[in-house]
Amino acid sequence: MPASIDRAVFSELQQTAGADFVIELVDTFAEEAPAMFAELRSAHAAAAAERFRRAAHSLKTNANTFGATALGTKARELELGGLPADASGIDALQALFDMTAPALKELARG
Amino acid sequence: MAERGARLLVVDDNKVNRLLLARNVTLQGHQVETAENGRIALEMLRRGGFDLLVLDIEMPDMDGFQVMEQLAADKALRDIPVIVTSSLEGVATIVRCIELGADDYLHKPVNPVLLKARIGSSLEKKRLRDQQKALVERFATSAVAADLQQSGFALGGKRVPATVMFCDIRGFTTIVESQGPEETIELLNTWYTLMFEAITAQSGVVNQMVGDGLMAIFGAPLPVAEPPLAAVRAALEMTEMIDLLNAERAAEGKTALAIGVGIATGDVIAGYTGTQERATYTCVGDTVNLAARLEAHTKLAVRGILVDGATHAALAGRVASEPLGAVQFKGKAQPVDVFAIATARSA
Repeated sequence: MPASIDRAVFSELQQTAGADFVIELVDTFAEEAPAMFAELRSAHAAAAAERFRRAAHSLKTNANTFGATALGTKARELELGGLPADASGIDALQALFDMTAPALKELARG
Repeated sequence: MAERGARLLVVDDNKVNRLLLARNVTLQGHQVETAENGRIALEMLRRGGFDLLVLDIEMPDMDGFQVMEQLAADKALRDIPVIVTSSLEGVATIVRCIELGADDYLHKPVNPVLLKARIGSSLEKKRLRDQQKALVERFATSAVAADLQQSGFALGGKRVPATVMFCDIRGFTTIVESQGPEETIELLNTWYTLMFEAITAQSGVVNQMVGDGLMAIFGAPLPVAEPPLAAVRAALEMTEMIDLLNAERAAEGKTALAIGVGIATGDVIAGYTGTQERATYTCVGDTVNLAARLEAHTKLAVRGILVDGATHAALAGRVASEPLGAVQFKGKAQPVDVFAIATARSA
């Protein structure tokens, strides 16, 4: 699977928090993520390094919660990499998210 | 168990984190409320009723560090345990959290088993702290407990102006010999209850109880508007209480009690003395010795309440008194002017 989700992490989340709750949680992530990406882009445009880092940090944390390793790794690169010269990193992260979100939803609904 | 059904506040600006933490905590049997930034969290905490805080660090408006700083500065909130959850990297964050008083630090994503263990241990620590606080209050009087909580425990004293009172039951040994041990303890408990009541009502602090005697301080550790007047009023109140107690005892065919009170005003050296493990708030110095001498002198003077010149001068005629002249006390270079306070009985 290109979205690369750590099944062990995901199923542990389902076991400890409840499968129905995880469906809700994945949907919440899908709803909240666009605002985080918007913040990432606006911080980048405004050269606001701290805001940029925070937005990347939020995405990283959420990705890791679901075991979305590729997304988490890419978000971490942005978090720790400082303000990038261009938006290519954000685009790449967005592309990863667009792949990951449906995969997570599918996984959550079994 | 405190661990069951505690009330927790989960603070995180990220909705997924917030929902997941709240879910985990609820599954552990606790009640949970959530806040999305530090400012809202503080408002909720100030409304009261929370046993523990699960706190994120990076948040807009007010971050976790600022929340902990505010908590530490707030007497009502500084004992609430804080578990920090963050995915910030680096030891510096953890160190700063611990320095700011966090009980624990959990890395995100938070492992629910670890979270459960940390919450349980933090709540248990809080329960012990609360218990300790209650004990300190019971044994050290609330004024000393409040001073301890405010300034922390430090051995070492300071010179402060205060009024010192000594009080004991006249002929207590005779009373003890005439009755059973249970009755003696009951009498002492009644006596202490009445005396504490009178002293605390005037903002005095009882700092020593020995057998049938006690020592109280007015003006330390907490300031009192007029320590001499407060002490004399407490003494008069104590005398009235004893009269009431005696009326009851007379009805039961028991002997009447009489108390002797000595009061002196001046500088005292006040502070916590002892060791780090066991210490007591105490006052020493000439003023303390003089109050003890005056209390002992009540037998000879056949008066209930004796005060020194400094106390008498501070009363400025607001309480009726009678000069007894100068008395030479043991350990005092100069004779001391002694005054008897008029009680209901002597008036």
